[in-house]
Amino acid sequence: MEFFDILLSENFWAATLRIATPLIFGTLGALICERAGVLNLGIEGIFTVGAMAGWMAVWMGSGLWGGVLVAMLVGALFGALHAFLTVPLGLSQHVSGLGVTMLATSGAYFFYRTALPDVSSPPRITPFQPLDIPVLSELPFVGPALFQQTAMTYLAIALVIVVGWVLARTPLGLAIRAVGDNPDAVDSQGLSVYALRSGAVIVGSAIMAMGGAFLTLSAFNAFFFGMAGGRGWVCIALTVFASWQPRKALLGALLFGAFDAYQVRLQTEVGAFLPAQFFLMLPYILSIVALVVAARGADYPRALLQPWFKGQR
Amino acid sequence: MIRLEPRSQSSRWLSLMAPVLAALFAMLLAAIPLLAAGQNPFIAYGLIVKGAFGNLFALTETLTRATPLILTGLAAAVAFRAKLWNIGLEGQLYLGAVGAVVVGTGAIDAPPAVLIPLVLIAGAAAGALAMIGPAWLKTRFQTDEVVTTLLLNFIILLLVQMLLEGMLKDPMALGWPQSEPIVDEALLPAVISPRYRLHMGLYLAMAASVLVFFIMRYTTFGFALRAVGENPAAARHAGISITGATLGAAALSGALAGLAGVSEVAGLKGYLTADMSPGFGYAGIVVAMLAGLSPLGVVLAAVFVAAVFVGADFMSRALSVSNYLADLMVALALLCVLIGGFLRRFKVSWISASNTAKGANT
Repeated sequence: MEFFDILLSENFWAATLRIATPLIFGTLGALICERAGVLNLGIEGIFTVGAMAGWMAVWMGSGLWGGVLVAMLVGALFGALHAFLTVPLGLSQHVSGLGVTMLATSGAYFFYRTALPDVSSPPRITPFQPLDIPVLSELPFVGPALFQQTAMTYLAIALVIVVGWVLARTPLGLAIRAVGDNPDAVDSQGLSVYALRSGAVIVGSAIMAMGGAFLTLSAFNAFFFGMAGGRGWVCIALTVFASWQPRKALLGALLFGAFDAYQVRLQTEVGAFLPAQFFLMLPYILSIVALVVAARGADYPRALLQPWFKGQR
Repeated sequence: MIRLEPRSQSSRWLSLMAPVLAALFAMLLAAIPLLAAGQNPFIAYGLIVKGAFGNLFALTETLTRATPLILTGLAAAVAFRAKLWNIGLEGQLYLGAVGAVVVGTGAIDAPPAVLIPLVLIAGAAAGALAMIGPAWLKTRFQTDEVVTTLLLNFIILLLVQMLLEGMLKDPMALGWPQSEPIVDEALLPAVISPRYRLHMGLYLAMAASVLVFFIMRYTTFGFALRAVGENPAAARHAGISITGATLGAAALSGALAGLAGVSEVAGLKGYLTADMSPGFGYAGIVVAMLAGLSPLGVVLAAVFVAAVFVGADFMSRALSVSNYLADLMVALALLCVLIGGFLRRFKVSWISASNTAKGANT
């Protein structure tokens, strides 16, 4: 059988990175929010609206990077809504996040349908093209597998390094981590808990939206309904799996990507014996298993889900 | 500056009016997308009301749509009361429908008085099982049930598609992935008249609402469930088994969502397809929140949400506006009722800066 040969094909590894890219953005965004103490279940909707807004901007002529920027701004806007409801108002992070997901998803669909009422098949744009890294992309096997991705994939990996550095090595990162662990201590240092938490949610949401934009501007070239397909929820599971560390988030996203790429290829090998849906289920089941394994003894940010009000201890 | 004072107790009037005001405010906000789509909001609102309540047919359609929403709303209310975040109602609904199809498509030959209860039990049991899993993972391994139930929605939907192309496929359906029809003896009868789609599921849902009200208020199980939701430490101290109450809440919640699936498949559609539910599970969360998690309030909230969907459908056909407006309105209602809950707990007052300074000195 070809179970092992799959792992030796260049395009399996290329697909792994491609599938992992939106998850890297999403998990980074989610972990920034959670490190500051705010669970952001708006992620699924922010993926959808980011995918739609980025695509729509490009379709209207903004250019690809303009599209990414528009997606980030729209993501930040929904992030700001979630931040307003959960930080100064201290409302249920679960309900607010689900509300933001519903609002962003239905808003994206409504806007798309209103702007393009008469299209039967989704219009297409010219997406990001693979960008060969000089020298490295010409290496045998490794080159086609890892160094012929689109710009957004390289950007995602760069962002892992940047976010990791900011969180671990800068005063801002220290403040963000502290506000998710012990907001009272941050307040007594004279820093604004509200500003830090809201800022983290807004920036995290903008990064999530880049994951959505990747779907329409790089992975595909059009916007489809139901496009996010649970990727946002997978990212929330990956955040726990990664114990809120960017490097491990990258690892988790790559593992998930590899698994997904593998099941698609396995399906073509043994698809005759098992229905397609069985294979499509596997990534979701894997996410649950990973969550169960990681959640035991997980080191949750201590103030996660806990609202904080100034002057109330 | 703005000052927030916690209210010592929120007045009963305010508790009842807050969701109504929130719903109305959400409708007002929906004027923004309507204006963006180039429509006159007043005409659109008029059409929505007409489409939802304008005549007997419209009213029965609204109540037909409300039926599964009452059940998923109750399911969410029960779980949320126990602080169990069951977001997997959509999956539980589908699994309940599968249970109904397994029992109700000819496997058992019995009169309606036997078969209908069997179909209901099968669906409720299937839905309960789908929620007991994540609840057990939560109590045993501290696995966050939000993510597991959300992911289960996708898994169960794929499972249903798989069954509809395999074991449950109707060979007579000319290749369409749908189940065999529910036999006549297992169908929930129509109410009013067979000319309308409204079926016994509505009475079932209303009875469930009363039953849940009594369970929550007058039984030890209901008390344990609320105690675990409000203060787990105190509940444990009082000798309540947190695991037991959580699993019980999960079973009841999943069973109610499963019944929504039974009601749709045996009351309305007659056979199962993978696109049977247009998000009844997710809308159930909104219904429960609008009702303030009150089992009796769920009925009214479900009728409201159903009216938005049915009315907006009518409006969107008349004005050719996208009917995603309904989903937008429902999402806005959820966020508005959330903010309404905040205003109910806190008194917002505006005090001038000099007053604050004085206050700080004393």
